[in-house]
Amino acid sequence: MCAVTWDFCGLGRRGISATAPRQADITLTVDGKEVTVPQGSALIQACEAAGSPIPRFCYHDRLAIAGNCRMCLVEVERSPKPVASCAMPAMPGSKVWTNSPLVHEAREGVMEFLLSNHPLDCPICDQGGECDLQDQSMRYGADRTRFHEIVGKRAVEDKDLGPLVKTSMNRCIQCTRCIRFANEVAGVEELGSTGRGNDLQIGMYVEKTMNSELSGNVVDLCPVGALTSKPYAFHARPWELKHTESIDVMDALGSNIRVDSRGVQVMRVQPRTNDDVNEEWISDKTRYAYDGLRFQRLTTPLVKQGDRFVPAGWEDALIAVADGLKASGATGDEIQAVAGHFADTESLVALKDFVNRLGSDNLALDQVGGTAPPVANVDVRSNYLFNTTIPAVEDADVILLVGTNPRHEAAVLNSRIRKSWLHTGLEVGLVGERVDTAYGYEFLGTDAKALADFIAGKGEFAKKFQAAKKPLIIVGSAVGEHVDGAGVYNALAKFVEKNKKTLVTPEWNGFSVLQRVASRTAAYDIGFVPSKKASTTKPKFIYLLNADEVDPKSIPKDAFVVYQGHHGDLGAQLADVVLPGAAYTEKGTTWVNTEGRAQLGRAAVPPPGASREDWKIIRALSEVAGSPLPYDDVLTLRDRMWEISPSLVRYDITERTSTELALAGLKALAERTAGAKVTGATFQKPIANFYQTDPISRASVTMAQCTRSFVQGENYGFSEIGKGSEAAYA
Amino acid sequence: MFAAARLPKRLPNVGRVPAVARTISTTPCRRSDALFVHRDTPYNNPKIPFQFSAENVKRADEIISHYPPQYKKAAVIPLLDLAQRQNKGWTSISVMNYVAKYLEMPPMRVYEVATFYTMFNREPIGENFVQVCTTTPCMLNGAYEILDTVCQHLGGIKPGETTKDGKFTVIEVECQGACSNAPMLVVGDDFYEDLTPSTTKKILDAFSKGEKPKPGPQSSRKTSENSAGLTALASEPYGPGVHCVEEFR
Ligand code: SF4
Ligand code: FES
Ligand code: FES
Repeated sequence: MCAVTWDFCGLGRRGISATAPRQADITLTVDGKEVTVPQGSALIQACEAAGSPIPRFCYHDRLAIAGNCRMCLVEVERSPKPVASCAMPAMPGSKVWTNSPLVHEAREGVMEFLLSNHPLDCPICDQGGECDLQDQSMRYGADRTRFHEIVGKRAVEDKDLGPLVKTSMNRCIQCTRCIRFANEVAGVEELGSTGRGNDLQIGMYVEKTMNSELSGNVVDLCPVGALTSKPYAFHARPWELKHTESIDVMDALGSNIRVDSRGVQVMRVQPRTNDDVNEEWISDKTRYAYDGLRFQRLTTPLVKQGDRFVPAGWEDALIAVADGLKASGATGDEIQAVAGHFADTESLVALKDFVNRLGSDNLALDQVGGTAPPVANVDVRSNYLFNTTIPAVEDADVILLVGTNPRHEAAVLNSRIRKSWLHTGLEVGLVGERVDTAYGYEFLGTDAKALADFIAGKGEFAKKFQAAKKPLIIVGSAVGEHVDGAGVYNALAKFVEKNKKTLVTPEWNGFSVLQRVASRTAAYDIGFVPSKKASTTKPKFIYLLNADEVDPKSIPKDAFVVYQGHHGDLGAQLADVVLPGAAYTEKGTTWVNTEGRAQLGRAAVPPPGASREDWKIIRALSEVAGSPLPYDDVLTLRDRMWEISPSLVRYDITERTSTELALAGLKALAERTAGAKVTGATFQKPIANFYQTDPISRASVTMAQCTRSFVQGENYGFSEIGKGSEAAYA
Repeated sequence: MFAAARLPKRLPNVGRVPAVARTISTTPCRRSDALFVHRDTPYNNPKIPFQFSAENVKRADEIISHYPPQYKKAAVIPLLDLAQRQNKGWTSISVMNYVAKYLEMPPMRVYEVATFYTMFNREPIGENFVQVCTTTPCMLNGAYEILDTVCQHLGGIKPGETTKDGKFTVIEVECQGACSNAPMLVVGDDFYEDLTPSTTKKILDAFSKGEKPKPGPQSSRKTSENSAGLTALASEPYGPGVHCVEEFR
């Protein structure tokens, strides 16, 4: 174990390595079994393929190979010593044993060395029960110690990485997974190893926090309890938890998560592997905002009387809504429904059907300019989807980002761009507000004029883009909310049409819109957008479904407002009647991610108090309001969804829009936005504070601490006690 | 490493059981003189400016030019050395940060290098940096006597310490590759070899007066030749063509 200077390159500097071209397969024998693996695989992968599990600490298939823990030793024919299978390429015809006495002895030796400096604190260690070291020592550990050092075990001081990651560095076995993750995937090149030999330690040398939106993943990566989750510390043991596989809604990626709950409480959120979406990473908001589910919850229907909200029963509340609707005198388009960020697809469909039945087309979205028809023509799916699909981002050779900061709008997607930027010759250009993306990019300008220059072929980057084989344009969702949105879409649509040879081919669609809220794609899919006529009508009755970003000024004084949602955030304050719904961990609903991939979330815990699943509330209300919706259970509702668009219930897959349709969509888009004026106003990043973007994260204590320490750069007062005046501020 | 593990697990049942298990030992822990985290102090914090002198900028650029431009960071060790020389023999946090900036690499990568190599002093040192070798060959030739002499002569300091007047820092080091002239010590960049307590004192005295004694063996012998006189190659080397036939002379 020696200190290694990791040669990952920082911003602006990259190695010139390219991914090795895939080569022929090779065959070797593992434990007497023949396996065939692609050439260039590590021996450990070959063993895995042969069904022989190899214990490991440092090897991780998504990180560079370090080969420093030596736990993966295997015996290879004609090799004088056991070899580290993770660092050894599989050779054709070689004979490998993974279970021989030599291998056992070797691994036992390694384990003994690891344990000689590892504290015996499993009973008070949060990793206990899911610790690689603990598990593997069951097999390879000795039952007694030969460690009789009077000076005791190595002691390393704990580091302060911020409010998310708790450290206990005595437990560290120097596998360097965390360092490799931070450098390669997250792009924070501040974590490293200092010292050498027995003194090697993991840290930042100067004291500072680990400022990354993906930092929580090091907790999963750490094979021991050296890095654990601070908010979850000492709260639960892994064997007490119920695991529920679900979908994240903190951004529009639809990361696959596992919700771990105990009783009625969500104890933590962990990633699930899905190579098509989030690989095995999730963002810190996804992972740590769950404590927001405990605070500020709406647990009972509330009816406003004078200045006060008075708790009411469901019946009274629904009657109050129906009466309010009648009393407001709203007819037709005067009835407005607003779809917020956390509205699930089922309730969107129910609400749209309900409002349509009342004769209204006034279906607004909870965003700037959401009451007007969307700038992009959303009749064709490819106009608002991330057509390229998330995994294919890695194939792009040039990426143009327009009005978006993927690092905050889709942190996990951003890590893919970084991966590709590190390992291939990917070039990135950005039109929009200058941001730190964790990879180098060419800054083209801040406004639509810069984009016009790009389209006119001015500048170095435009030439690279023209020459690219798989170019990709990522349009941020904020572009549609911008004054120049129409102009930008118009210019881009024409540009894509002109360059359809590379941008829209049967294999590749390089025009992608990156949505940033979980419900938006589904809303567009079901046509939850206002008609032109409706958008000019002044609403008298407003139904806010999870809508918490609405501008209070945009709500007419005399309008009757209903809020349905799970948090007492902004929307609930505006309401006359509040109907408590369920949060994403409490209902089994469909979420459509930015690629148009429908995924099924599952309920991990019951909704608190009297709150109910959202679509059921709307269904009940429709009954009270006198035009009952024709579905009584979720299956009939999903049939209705299938009727609207089969893609809504074809789970886990994405459907490509055909080339012809995509081009037709772009043409329609160009026609619709024709003649749009361009003011040249600068694009602004839509997310100023990554940690607080929605009602759940705004209610979360952890996210508030992150805001204080990462966004405001304050000392968040978490582990300050005992720190002398010498704390560094580097 | 695996020898112990290979011994039979269950010992044959013979009346007296020989002790087979060995204890493994680790290096004794070092106390805080080698902390591997940085703590701000009045004399070492990132606010203290550091910059290459004009002359060192030229040298640094020359060093960097040895490497392909995209691997500029390969110059980190020579540059740290250059900066350490300019910074009175020690590598402060500002030095590391400056080198990182100079080479456009993340500062952490520089910290890793600077903490890995023991010849980067991360704490200030005296004017004369005395490194006494105590590895086996030197030790067998009385290195500890030399070390004691140095420590005594400098006012009873311990290895790792600096004299009050700031003139000397003494440390113990491992083999410097001058074993044939053991025992030896290094002051700055120069080796002083074949030491005896008295020559050691002389050297230290000279340094404390600000002089620079002649480096090399302090005994009568030249470089590392045999102190008992040459036993081979003792005659004059013959000139070119001595053994050739007439025509080729
Ligand atoms: S902290 Fe954990 S992940 Fe990082 S090197 Fe130590 S054991 Fe490995
Ligand atoms: S897994 Fe192979 S050396 Fe660590
Ligand atoms: S042992 Fe002292 S120089 Fe080699």
